[in-house]
Amino acid sequence: MKSSEISNYLDTSYKYGFITEIEKEFFPKGINSSIVKFLALKKKEPKYLSLNRLKSYKFWKQMYFPNWIEYDIPKITFSDIQYYSIPKKNSSSLEEINPEILEVFTKLGIPLSEQKQLANVAIDAVFDSVSISTTYKEKLAKYGVIFSSISLAIKYYLKLVKKFFGKVVSLVDNFFTALNSSIFSDGSFCYIGQNIKSPLELSSYFRINDKSSGQFERTLIIAENNSEVSYLEGCTAPEYKETQLHAAVVELITFKNGIIKYSTIQNWYGGNSQGFGGIYNLVTKRGLCSGKLSKILWTQVEVGSSITWKYPSCILLGEESIGEFFSVALTKNFQQADTGTKMYHLGKKTKSKIISKGISSDFSQNSYRGLVKFSKTAFFSRNFSQCDSFLLGDYCTVFTYPYLDVYNKYSIIEHEAKISKLNDDQLFYLQQRGISIESAIGIIINGFCKDILVMLPLEFALEANKLLSLKLEYNIG
Amino acid sequence: MNQKKNILTISNFKLFIGNKSILNNLNLSINENEIHILMGPNGSGKTTLSKFLTGYSDYTFFDGSIQYLGNNLSELSTENRANEGLFLAFQYPPEIPGVTNYDFLRIIYNQKQKILNKTELTPIDFFEHIIPLCKDLKISQEFLMRNFNDGFSGGEKKKNEILQMVLLDPKLIILDEIDSGLDRDAIKIIFEYINKYRNKNSSLLIITHNPKILQYLEFTKVHILLNGNIIKTGGFDIVENLELYGYDFFTNLIE
Repeated sequence: MKSSEISNYLDTSYKYGFITEIEKEFFPKGINSSIVKFLALKKKEPKYLSLNRLKSYKFWKQMYFPNWIEYDIPKITFSDIQYYSIPKKNSSSLEEINPEILEVFTKLGIPLSEQKQLANVAIDAVFDSVSISTTYKEKLAKYGVIFSSISLAIKYYLKLVKKFFGKVVSLVDNFFTALNSSIFSDGSFCYIGQNIKSPLELSSYFRINDKSSGQFERTLIIAENNSEVSYLEGCTAPEYKETQLHAAVVELITFKNGIIKYSTIQNWYGGNSQGFGGIYNLVTKRGLCSGKLSKILWTQVEVGSSITWKYPSCILLGEESIGEFFSVALTKNFQQADTGTKMYHLGKKTKSKIISKGISSDFSQNSYRGLVKFSKTAFFSRNFSQCDSFLLGDYCTVFTYPYLDVYNKYSIIEHEAKISKLNDDQLFYLQQRGISIESAIGIIINGFCKDILVMLPLEFALEANKLLSLKLEYNIG
Repeated sequence: MNQKKNILTISNFKLFIGNKSILNNLNLSINENEIHILMGPNGSGKTTLSKFLTGYSDYTFFDGSIQYLGNNLSELSTENRANEGLFLAFQYPPEIPGVTNYDFLRIIYNQKQKILNKTELTPIDFFEHIIPLCKDLKISQEFLMRNFNDGFSGGEKKKNEILQMVLLDPKLIILDEIDSGLDRDAIKIIFEYINKYRNKNSSLLIITHNPKILQYLEFTKVHILLNGNIIKTGGFDIVENLELYGYDFFTNLIE
């Protein structure tokens, strides 16, 4: 089948692209030390944090925009971005929240009002630069689970924040973390106490609403000894012709036997069919398995953003700790996705597993970039990687960049990779069974991604299915 | 005698791939509840005919007319032909990685139900529907849970085609060498299954090399396809000649 024909069958509509006019409070465009100071003041932050912000800002001023990537990245004018924008009449109590914002989240399928809250999921809803509301906060606290916005965590749990914030991803780890550390405005904080399994799925939903503002949030999740949590983030943005920047930092820490399952359904606006607009999604995500037998599992479904650079990584420090990474990245139009993971094996008998599925269509570029490193101390460790790519058409590209760094000869590494194209025989066969060509493509792609989709929490697996533009009625697992 | 309802009429049909003529002035008519056997040497155009009838579009030129249930077949898309009851059991069905056989069968079954405005089945209800159908084909539950045709034996793939045929309850069934590569027991199972489960009003066009399968069928006619044309139509006598002398017997007829 011809490339041009295929794109006719892919659903390019973006149903989260609606724009909401909301009265807002914002800082002038651009970033400088006064803006940073002003933000710290506005948020009434402790001195330790505002000093960190300023330190990060000074570092950032001396850093350069990364130039290691092969793609054409349009120049980002950092002075043209609004770094802080919040809706007016903002309040953390549900009754006083601007009803227009509640309406936005209801439209997005995330009702926040108490009667309609999702039953099995606690949600922290972040709108532009601020967390609007966190559901089930009190209920979770009774179980020994702290789930709140990072701003409130700084206010009420400063000791915990101080202990862990910036410890896995240093404030100035790279260009974008330095920017984030200086100007981050909100985000989510989760702390799971010892021997506790979170009774609910925790979830953060990020919405960029404003045309000229960026979103710079931080997420910090800590799982103490023998604890377990499943966390999911979702993100969407309106359709604008202009691009917006999203530079987030996510840090995870697990202690002995602790488990964090972190899933992402990334559906930022990806730009139109001419390649205009969309989010630049340049984020740093890293987890530290510090205790024995601790485990971090990253699952991501990446369908949005005009540019994605994202490498959710694991530092496997604890003995027999486990890091896993499961990813589906689907690119359309002119989207560019460069995503993968880094697995740093430091402890003995550590294990990691990487399964990445990239699907590329139209004129998009889709890369897997990953590093597996066995340090000298990583005796008897193992890694298995599988990177599969699927081409839908003649003008898209897929790349695989697997980096392997092995300093321990007692460890085992395995790597598999496969590239496939849409197969006419399969399409004809499915059509002969009465299935429309759209559904046929959907079934084939769904089969290709199945290993990943089954890893998602059940409530979101179906949503992810739909996102992959599969309009078929199809049950996973 | 009752006038039987016509299902398929092919008249003066020609088909080219590039400059090569594949089918040449072909005529064939199939009525309700008839079983037609199409035989011919390799490369005579049998599979091409079955693929064209079901909508495979990779052909450069065709001429003549094909009426299916009174409609011009070439105006129907592949999936509409299927939804109108045209079914092809493929000689080499493809694999679909990552999609379980169970999900696949339920998807196509529900697709048919949707077209007929009937209730679609949930994964649980479908189980009750499909298990009895599997029994007579001698296939296990485990077979349903594997990925579609992934690592299936030749026999399992063919049984899977027949299972789909029964699920979709088609009006015209084309079997493209359903017997090839099967052992005798499997052939017997498959044809007894077809006789038992197919809709009694449905018609069959069976493409085969193997005259032995005819013992399982009350067929209407046998056609010999040679050089893109049906050169002989008849009953069991044709098969006897074929068994004795091979296709040469018919080649000589032309000359």
